[in-house]
Amino acid sequence: MEEKIISAGFGGQGVLLIGKILALAGLSDGKQVSWVPSYGPEMRGGTANCTVIISSSEISSPLAPMPDSIIIMNKPSLEAFEPLLRKGGLLVMNSSLIDVKPKRSDIKAFSVPANDIAEKDAGNVKAANMVMLGAYAALSDSVSMDSVKKALEGEMKGEKQKFLPVNMKALELGAAAAKKK
Amino acid sequence: MKTLLKKPESLTDAPMHYCPGCGHGIVHRLLAEAIDEFGLREKTVGIAPVGCAVFAYNYFNVDMIEAPHGRAPAVATGVKRVLPENFVFTYQGDGDLAAIGTAETVHAANRGENLTVIFINNAIYGMTGGQMAPTTVLSQKTNTTPYGRQAALHGYPIKICELLSTMEGVAFAERVTVSSPANIIKAKAAIRRAVETQLNKEGFSIVEVLSQCPTNWGMKPLDALKWVEEEMTKTFPLGNFKDKKGNGKKGGQ
Amino acid sequence: MQKMLMEGNEAVAESALRAGCTHYFGYPITPQTELSEYLAREMPKRKDCFFMQAESEIAAINMVLGASSAGARAMTSSSGPGISLKQEGISYIAACSLPCVIVNMERGGPGLGNIAPSQADYFQAVKGGGHGDYRLIVLAPNSVQELADLTVDAFDLADKYRNPVMILGDGLLGQMMESVEFKKSSKNDVSKKTWATRGAKGRKPNIINSLYLNPVELEQVNLKLQEKYREIEKNEKRCEFYEMEDAEYAIVAFGIMSRIAKSVVNEARQKGIKAGLIRPITLWPFPSKKIAGAAEKTKAFIVTELNAGQMVEDVRLAVNGKKPVHFIGRLGGMLLTPQQLMEKLEEVAK
Repeated sequence: MEEKIISAGFGGQGVLLIGKILALAGLSDGKQVSWVPSYGPEMRGGTANCTVIISSSEISSPLAPMPDSIIIMNKPSLEAFEPLLRKGGLLVMNSSLIDVKPKRSDIKAFSVPANDIAEKDAGNVKAANMVMLGAYAALSDSVSMDSVKKALEGEMKGEKQKFLPVNMKALELGAAAAKKK
Repeated sequence: MKTLLKKPESLTDAPMHYCPGCGHGIVHRLLAEAIDEFGLREKTVGIAPVGCAVFAYNYFNVDMIEAPHGRAPAVATGVKRVLPENFVFTYQGDGDLAAIGTAETVHAANRGENLTVIFINNAIYGMTGGQMAPTTVLSQKTNTTPYGRQAALHGYPIKICELLSTMEGVAFAERVTVSSPANIIKAKAAIRRAVETQLNKEGFSIVEVLSQCPTNWGMKPLDALKWVEEEMTKTFPLGNFKDKKGNGKKGGQ
Repeated sequence: MQKMLMEGNEAVAESALRAGCTHYFGYPITPQTELSEYLAREMPKRKDCFFMQAESEIAAINMVLGASSAGARAMTSSSGPGISLKQEGISYIAACSLPCVIVNMERGGPGLGNIAPSQADYFQAVKGGGHGDYRLIVLAPNSVQELADLTVDAFDLADKYRNPVMILGDGLLGQMMESVEFKKSSKNDVSKKTWATRGAKGRKPNIINSLYLNPVELEQVNLKLQEKYREIEKNEKRCEFYEMEDAEYAIVAFGIMSRIAKSVVNEARQKGIKAGLIRPITLWPFPSKKIAGAAEKTKAFIVTELNAGQMVEDVRLAVNGKKPVHFIGRLGGMLLTPQQLMEKLEEVAK
């Protein structure tokens, strides 16, 4: 099994953290993992993205010109990455900030109002990235939800521990939203 | 027979290559005497420059490193940070210390690196045969200022002790000369004080020695000594510029 | 030891500590700054370790020269423009036969270029860079794990041969995260460094110097260096062969490009093209004989690099006209896609 994921959005939305937690979760599932941050002029200010690969065998190229899944937090990222997604691949998009529908019909698309859920239900709009991650984890077989939770706990230690409850709640709400569909 | 004077143990027997009348040999001896007197020979690491003193590693009977041009304070920093209990000195000329190596000098001083810099200022590039130095005084003729150094064209002679003494990391800065027996005694005292500064872990210490270069100045040795005292000191006043222990006089006074 | 997720730059830093590196001198430059920052956090916690942000790349490499002279395991790291500034010091360190480790996480060039990954410093690393006849041992890892492993080897090789060792990575390798296990460690044996300048106690003074005005003497110094380089060539060449057993087409790539090439080899095999990968791990000494041996069996070589064609010259020297050697690369920080390499392979295999 090999899953190539791109997580993308505005800088500051926490798309790199989505990727890091996925990689950590994959690692604790006993898989090979790689995480590559975005390159190019959009590194500051504009959009940010990272590529994560989770594989049961050695990872050759750490890049994903044709990803299996994309986690999309804003509209410019949808425009940039929807065309790259493999046929039959999974798109999880943040409908709070994206007011258009995906153009392609040969993919599995799932919308989650991540900002709204994070703000109203989880209690902090900054946890929208965890809503997205929760939705992806519920929709995909690439990582187990337990490992994602464990990885999130590991990332929110020390000074960051106070943010753990909100983020954990957001993660669970995202997963629940995905399962409803 | 009683021995009145002998070669310091911290100097080798190698005959020095310096020109007749040059001040380097005297300063080598003063530093070697100070190293002997403090019993430091076996724990000294010296850094030689690029310039007339490039062969200093042949003359000092201590562990020596020959540094790239201007980089002696950086090399010395590396050594001292590995061996904080050793005595570490650099021996540098004006081109090495105040032109190509200005950044290394200023930053080592500013960090308060606990090392000792012996700085030979003879207002000229000696090794390459008499070109303008950063310390060449105004209207002084050199091979690259054949009509004399002009401020508008070449800038001003750089005053290292004055510059460095403004820095908090500098514990000791004194300008001396070796133009006469009396001045040599004063120079020795300053070098001893600089060594002591390092041993007391007070920070960066520098002794700037105004030194004569009869060959490249085109003067007889005695005239060169006179020129140091009468001309060079107008631009570079002698004296102590900084002594954290607080015993120093103000420079030029 | 548990596997952990770690960035390439940080893996080098952690591994350096495990290899007994006690002194680091650097200057901030993207994309290697995380390496310095890791050591800035970790070194002050350890006895005898010292981290310094120098005033310049020039000062940093000369501090390494000093620390190495004093017997420490010392390191500096940078990227393209900073490595250019260090060349003076590197030439002196090589000439003085001092050990040290220099990391170059390459970025797009020439000039200020950009901060995207590149392999355009191959010539600089392998063919000299500074003045005079000298060689660096150049290691080219292709994963975070190998960055960690080769960092330990770098310190050991540097001490073994009293020679500077360069780890040649790139911005992608430095900033990507993968799982890593710190399997290797090593330590500095100062007692063996009888040449070090640590104070002439009970012995004659040691002199670390590269000035020999007499050409007769300097030639002897050079010949001794050359003798050492031949010894390194004899002992230290490293190379990975992947699917080369029956390969008709050999892709030759190092560092991050070898990862992309490996995925293309896998894909090509599925399409029925017998492709294989040759990956030099030491760029100097270059594994020429291995490549010459492969030339007996394969039909053609495709060298792929993130530059205008640098290692390809060494491959051509090794192949020596026996088989065609093709090249495909990208410039200025652009990455070559597997698709582009696949197309090149199909064109050659036609």
